[in-house]
Amino acid sequence: MPEITYAEAIRSALWEEMKRDERVFIIGEDIGRYGGAFGVTTGMLDEFGDKRIIETPISEPSIIGAAVGAALLGMRPVAEIMFMDFVLLSLDQIGNQAAKMHYMFGGKATVPLVVRMPSGSGTGAAAQHSQSLETLLMHLPGLKVVTPSTPYEAKGLLRTAIHDLNPVCFIEHKLLYKTKGEVPEGDYQIPFGVADIKRAGKDLTIVANGIMVHKALAVANRLADEGIDVEIIDPRTLVPLDTEAIINSVSKTGKLLIVHEACETAGWAGEIMAVVSSSRAFDYLDAPMRRLTGKNVPIPYNRVLERAAVPQEEDIEREIRAIVKGVY
Amino acid sequence: METEKNQEPFLNRAERLKLSKDELREMYKTLCTIRQFELMADKLYALGKVHGTMHLSAGQEAVAVGIRHATRLDDYLINHHRGHGHFISKNADINLMMAEFLGKEAGYCKGRGGSMHIADFSSNNLGANGIVGGGIPHSLGVGLALQMQKRDQICIAIFGDGASNEGVFHETLNMAGLWKLPILFVCENNKYGMSMAVERVSAKLPIAQRAEAYDIPWHYIDGNDLLTVIETVGSAADYIRSGNGPVFVEAQTYRYFGHSKSDRNLYRSKDEIETWRLTKDPILRFKNNLLENEVFKAEELVVCEEEAVKIIESAVEFAEASADPDAATVTEYVYA
Ligand SMILES: Cc1ncc(C[n+]2csc(CCOP(=O)(O)OP(=O)(O)O)c2C)c(N)n1
Repeated sequence: MPEITYAEAIRSALWEEMKRDERVFIIGEDIGRYGGAFGVTTGMLDEFGDKRIIETPISEPSIIGAAVGAALLGMRPVAEIMFMDFVLLSLDQIGNQAAKMHYMFGGKATVPLVVRMPSGSGTGAAAQHSQSLETLLMHLPGLKVVTPSTPYEAKGLLRTAIHDLNPVCFIEHKLLYKTKGEVPEGDYQIPFGVADIKRAGKDLTIVANGIMVHKALAVANRLADEGIDVEIIDPRTLVPLDTEAIINSVSKTGKLLIVHEACETAGWAGEIMAVVSSSRAFDYLDAPMRRLTGKNVPIPYNRVLERAAVPQEEDIEREIRAIVKGVY
Repeated sequence: METEKNQEPFLNRAERLKLSKDELREMYKTLCTIRQFELMADKLYALGKVHGTMHLSAGQEAVAVGIRHATRLDDYLINHHRGHGHFISKNADINLMMAEFLGKEAGYCKGRGGSMHIADFSSNNLGANGIVGGGIPHSLGVGLALQMQKRDQICIAIFGDGASNEGVFHETLNMAGLWKLPILFVCENNKYGMSMAVERVSAKLPIAQRAEAYDIPWHYIDGNDLLTVIETVGSAADYIRSGNGPVFVEAQTYRYFGHSKSDRNLYRSKDEIETWRLTKDPILRFKNNLLENEVFKAEELVVCEEEAVKIIESAVEFAEASADPDAATVTEYVYA
């Protein structure tokens, strides 16, 4: 299998879907000659022209609004919001409009649209360009929320997103764009609501998404030498959530650590804990469930502070050791 | 549409605008200081000393210096992401700016904000914004508060051409026009919002004519001509301060560097950039006027230029010698 980057994987999903289906088009800021802020749509303007790669003024609410309207007429818009932070400008169109139409109109309207959005810290872009707001979107019934962690998943999940009949928020961690991974040639999709076991283990379950999957894996591989055997579950889609996979894993290991970059308060780690504590896995728990998350702060500019604001490998290692030893 | 042009001889204009020799010299030095700051920022970035992003205003200096000169130092400033020039013009402490740029605890925002969020509330500088258009509606509240507090300052709201396509821009203009608030809107039209030329994103130009829909007087000027900026903004500020309501100024200018740290300039030609640099540069034009009219000798201006370089070099020394914030303080300042 060829190795490609996460950005290339996303591009190839977009490319193939646009070739396959004339209804698919992309709308967003600076996505043409510039190729988008992270270069994801590079070269697509030349291939598909400006009727299908639609560059807009800086008007985020109306980018999503336009996508909603087109989706209602049977098109398959893929909107790009340059940084996830700017979703806060479009929240009415995403949350009050796109998310609710199918239900509110008695199942008669469908809004098949994808909103792509780069999330996360690590680039020194500070408080208004570094957020992880997936919980906000998860809280709105009607939206699906996807957070791919590898090129393979980025491509397979994006194809599924474009085929889905619902509004899908597709969250790309910006530090992952340049990471490489194997991606099969040709057609494949990854179904929503199916978690992936990124590493099998018997001592402790880690549920992590996006970039945290990689950090957790690195730590788990190191700790394996010491005989600590960590299982890592990547939910891949937060809505719908594969609760069975998590319940099964925790029933096996008896220990749970959830790791996400998003802030702690009301973050989705709490949701996972609620799922586990109200399931049969509760009986198997032999340690308190723990979460390691971004701190409840806006992301700071300075590199030292920025690192301190979100979980790092050493934090994950510390948590794992604490849980395994039973000392917190 | 052509910008408003002024054919009047330089010296007549300078005299009519009551610009003293000292003021002319000071403004020249500020123009050079801004340029040097931006060149240094670019250099520090290339040297890998900057973790983060930046938006440089080289080429747009006359707008900042002109506005500052034609308004009061205690007027309120609302800035956008490309704000270094406005800060420097408003007498910011360049050491603290540079320290913020390098993310140091000694910086204006204690290293939490960076280039895009520099603010100095003690000098009525309400800060830069990373959200395009995000600061524009704050001007309404500043205007209302100034009226309620019966103060005679005005609010200067700076933003780019691209920001004029955000919904809040239109909402703000409507409310400002309706309530006759003391706001000077300045659109720095540097021809592009990131990669998008204004013509590709605006149904009708100039942008300033949009103000008409909201009953706000407007001007479309050559923002690279310092005296034009001073004249237009000066009369606008008088009009606003006298209680007549807002004015909208669109200043045509040009940015030399790419949009932010990463930009291969694919959306414009090298020729275009060179033409602006060589024939319309705001500093060069002002300098030529000063020399041709024998206001200063060349050596006098060289002194200003050297001073500017020194100011920036010592700011870098200060910033580099300053400490990073302590990681343990990461949760401070979330709440007051
Ligand atoms: C709400 C929002 N949308 C998009 C961006 C990304 N962005 C940053 S600056 C910029 C261009 C702004 O253009 P303009 O207002 O003309 O200012 P200029 O950069 O040209 O000075 C864009 C698209 C942003 N920061 N905020």
